[in-house]
Amino acid sequence: MKNIFIFIRIYFNFISFVALQICCVVILNKYSKTHEVYFAGISNEVIGKVNKKYDNIYSYLNLQQVNNQLAQENARLRDSLKSSSVLVSTNADSTVTIKADSANMPVRKYAYLYARVVGNIVSSQVNMLTLERGRLQGVYKGMGVIGPQGIVGEVVEVSDNYCRVMSLLHRKSSVSAMLKRDKNSGTIEWDGVNPSYVILKNIPKSAKIYKGDTVVTSNYSIIYPPNVMIGTVEAIRKDNSSNFFTLKLKTSTNFFNLEYVYAIQNLRYNEQHSLEDLKLKLND
Amino acid sequence: MTNIVKYILRFILFFLVQEFILDKVPPIHQYVVPYLYFLFILWLPFSINRFGLMIVAFITGLSIDYFSGTPGLHAAPCVLIAYLRPFILNLLIPQETTEQSYVEPSIQSMGLGAYTFYIVFFTFLHHTYLIFIEWLQFGNLNYFFGKVGATVAVSILLIFTTELLFFRKAKYRTNAA
Repeated sequence: MKNIFIFIRIYFNFISFVALQICCVVILNKYSKTHEVYFAGISNEVIGKVNKKYDNIYSYLNLQQVNNQLAQENARLRDSLKSSSVLVSTNADSTVTIKADSANMPVRKYAYLYARVVGNIVSSQVNMLTLERGRLQGVYKGMGVIGPQGIVGEVVEVSDNYCRVMSLLHRKSSVSAMLKRDKNSGTIEWDGVNPSYVILKNIPKSAKIYKGDTVVTSNYSIIYPPNVMIGTVEAIRKDNSSNFFTLKLKTSTNFFNLEYVYAIQNLRYNEQHSLEDLKLKLND
Repeated sequence: MTNIVKYILRFILFFLVQEFILDKVPPIHQYVVPYLYFLFILWLPFSINRFGLMIVAFITGLSIDYFSGTPGLHAAPCVLIAYLRPFILNLLIPQETTEQSYVEPSIQSMGLGAYTFYIVFFTFLHHTYLIFIEWLQFGNLNYFFGKVGATVAVSILLIFTTELLFFRKAKYRTNAA
């Protein structure tokens, strides 16, 4: 027993070094595997507050750009309003009206929460954003986040008043996407090279792709509504060893000056998620 | 007392510079990531207790980590350099002056050659370990070597710029304090 104490005393520094290293690795593993909230209760609130202070100063510098983004978005939304288009019928019998029964009534599936971006990093390989919206304002883990110009990322951590978003520019992000023109779907990933470009994988070679094609979120995504802009095709890489194209996309979102974004609540998230989980379990 | 305040202020300054300036700069290239915050650990006084040094390094790394969303990634290399720092300092500082008269490592207290070696060695060690952990999660061999080379070069440049811009008056350790 005495020897153990002597041993510990002699190697105290080395033991504490090893202990701290193990501590780091455990935190890192736990965090990067599950994106679980780890010490998040305290740390997230603190991070959010500090980031907000910084953002209060910084936001003045690009007010004009933000204004432009929001104005453009407004214009686009006005464009798609029902009242800005008229129905021109070529059918003589235009008096037939469809009876509005409950089965045909549109059901709301997505709700939007606007949120201010208070922290944003684009320079690392694992980029995250901090939004000033949290559990108390209705944000939950797994919400999609879109900006005025296109998709931004996915909520991975929530505290009371802030949430952390895994940006599209994160080495572990993966978003289901499709070509707008022919609905071929694939997966968006980021290769870490340039924050303005992402990679679209698994588009079959049968698809006809041209430079400048628009890529939008697919119908299969559980967190994003379909047809939200992601980017445009910048380069097409043919991989001879597989049957798939690898496309380089220019993101429509400018991640450098994000100020306001929307967190999207899928009102049927739980239903779809539990059903898909069930399927996975059956396969095991 | 005033020393502790000085080091706390320095910590905050390093932290803010790393988090809100260097990490916000649009990257020139994937490999070129400027790191400066670990200089705080290298500038801590000679007299600090080894265990204390490791704890301070751990906290430094972890606070950087939480802001960049990667808990543990920066903390691990910080603890490593904190653990090895006393060994290297013992090697570099002439034995006659083990009773050091200077407070902290600097060009004046160690001499330009020794100080350069000290900085380059720990920069290299820190970055290699950091990028090694990153590389385990994703990336290929080119990524590893490219990024280590580029980040070490940028960091050393930054450190010597800092050294030139902020001249630290090398204080003798006196009994009066």
